[in-house]
Amino acid sequence: MELKLERVEQRVGAEVHLYPLDIALVPLAVTVLLGATQAGKTSLMRVMAGLDKPFQGRILADGADVTGMPVRERNVAMVYQQFINYPSMTVAANIASPLRLRGEKGIDERVRALAAKLHIEPFLDRLPAELSGGQQQRVALARALAKDAPLMLLDEPLVNLDYKLREELRDELAQLFAAGRSTVVYATTEPTEALLLGGHTAVLDAGQLLQYGPTAEVFHRPQSIRVARAFSDPPMNLVAGTAAADGVALGDGLTLRRALLAGASSALTVGIRAGALRVRPRDGDVALAGRVELAEISGSDTFVHVDSRIGPLVAQLTGVHTFNLGEPVTLHLDPQHAYVFDQTGALLLAPH
Amino acid sequence: MARIELDLAHAYKPNPRRDEDYALLPLKMTFENGGAYALLGPSGCGKTTLLNIVSGLVRPSQGKVLFDGVDVTARTPQQRNIAQVFQFPVIYDTMTVAENLAFPLRNRGVPADRIASRVGRVAEMLELSGQLDRRAAGLAADAKQKISLGRGLVREDVSAVLFDEPLTVIDPHLKWQLRRKLKQIHHELKLTLIYVTHDQVEALTFAEQVVVMTRGRAVQIGSASDLFERPQHTFVGHFIGSPGMNFLRATVVDREIEVAGRRVAAAGAALFAVDACTLGVRPEYVTLADVGAAGAVPAVVTQAQDIGTYWLVTGRVGAVNGDDGALVRARLAPNQAIPKAGDAVWFGIVGPHTCYYRDEQRIEGAVA
Repeated sequence: MELKLERVEQRVGAEVHLYPLDIALVPLAVTVLLGATQAGKTSLMRVMAGLDKPFQGRILADGADVTGMPVRERNVAMVYQQFINYPSMTVAANIASPLRLRGEKGIDERVRALAAKLHIEPFLDRLPAELSGGQQQRVALARALAKDAPLMLLDEPLVNLDYKLREELRDELAQLFAAGRSTVVYATTEPTEALLLGGHTAVLDAGQLLQYGPTAEVFHRPQSIRVARAFSDPPMNLVAGTAAADGVALGDGLTLRRALLAGASSALTVGIRAGALRVRPRDGDVALAGRVELAEISGSDTFVHVDSRIGPLVAQLTGVHTFNLGEPVTLHLDPQHAYVFDQTGALLLAPH
Repeated sequence: MARIELDLAHAYKPNPRRDEDYALLPLKMTFENGGAYALLGPSGCGKTTLLNIVSGLVRPSQGKVLFDGVDVTARTPQQRNIAQVFQFPVIYDTMTVAENLAFPLRNRGVPADRIASRVGRVAEMLELSGQLDRRAAGLAADAKQKISLGRGLVREDVSAVLFDEPLTVIDPHLKWQLRRKLKQIHHELKLTLIYVTHDQVEALTFAEQVVVMTRGRAVQIGSASDLFERPQHTFVGHFIGSPGMNFLRATVVDREIEVAGRRVAAAGAALFAVDACTLGVRPEYVTLADVGAAGAVPAVVTQAQDIGTYWLVTGRVGAVNGDDGALVRARLAPNQAIPKAGDAVWFGIVGPHTCYYRDEQRIEGAVA
């Protein structure tokens, strides 16, 4: 489905939930809505679904104006954070419900195929309450898929699951979406989840749509500090600097050598993604000495929080590394791997 | 503070016979005096049962619990002198922050001057000094949880402090600061700390030793790097890391280890008498190799994902007629040519970080 929002604005009372925005979802692909809690993801999704009428603006589905058309008249499938199933119906009946509503044929077969896809075939005769959280969410997903709606909206569907289950289910979902049967909208607060899902990403912050484009492109070329902040985990390191003849002066006598465009403002912000900082130096690096505040270990990465000569920095190192609190450490940065933003927060330079 | 020894098993119903009847399978474990431990595993793995047995909330159905060599199996949490911090703040809203922190000490008749100095110290460590005279009622959830942590840490004479997922209510952006606080506090106060969580970041960051649990069994006790570099059990390889370790079926032929029909390594003495094992290699250690390189196997790329700071390339290895083979994931630095879906590549899977397993257990000396 081609879903297009034109100058859509949402208010609840005097409070603005969404500032006027335009977006045309890439049809038959995944669009990730990325943003912190309260960024406007759910408000936007509810407007897209027809659960809420926008305060202003138009919603076009395949060219037809559906603004204000209630959700039951629209063919939309939704999956929520909470695992919502019919508690008194078996798993099979839950999955079959949208098919029965439409009086379709070959229901058993379809249910079995969907259950197999989502690995819940052994539980078809059980009640949802007898299943684990992960299995219950799989049932809800299977029911949404059974609907085979041209528009599928998922609001942080994995947030209430253990991370290993999340990993597994995310992979399966990405494969199902790749089949390209529907236009999918997927809300998440996690930048890594957006990158793993691929597709396109719309970054939201404080009710504003900041940027929409292919996920990797938005990640690598965030148009502003706000986008970079929303799309970095751990947060992008931001260091205040000033324009100098040979690059950006960072304080403490340090200069980041980088060719600036003529006319750049004098006050600048340098953005350094955690993954760009290394403990092993290479030629041409800037050396940033400091002390370890904490090394957080995620399993695949170590996030080292460092109190450095240019302020607090977080470095992401692959694998497990042990650091003592307070230990001296020097981080190294290739100047070409830094972002530079102007005084309004707009992107001037991205890494090469 | 105490050295805590466990030699026990627990079943919630009488006469357990099969493994599934146990919430905790028979285990022997020692928590050293002043150590920082985490119990890590998915929901239902038995970690909370184990914590409740240490605290005395649950009495094990068999075996015993020793504190400094003394059998405390029949004693209550209070008799064991255990302090606990739960998922959600447990504080008195009508009291001030200082009164809340002082409560466990006042309850035990600690002299006022001693209370004042201890409360002051804990408040300083948790950065609550500026709020000591405020009522707890008006504080945000994370400030309240800090008070709960402070109450758990305020007594010097406790046998151990137990934490049950204490950072659940903390905003993600503040979590690292509290993790740091907890680590600093452990260094300063030298209390025995046991921390239950399903979150690997929490466990690996906080603890010196992590107990990884699954289905009622403690499958490995080790440091973060032990669990990453040398998983003793396939579950540890799978559970630690995102994505977890890759596993491939291997056969042993003429003292050579074969994967997908390729001889990848010379077998060590431990494999002379067996004909099969499982090769485990983490995505971080899979490399792109030259065609036919030693220790490499051919693969067909099914997916290449740009995860921002690295690429995650998934390839199918060992697919022959009727056999789907296995998927192998490689985490590749972006400073090299990244293959795309459909490409034929060779994955280097044998190196110093490759592990070998049989019946889910790691084999020492699997390679020559």
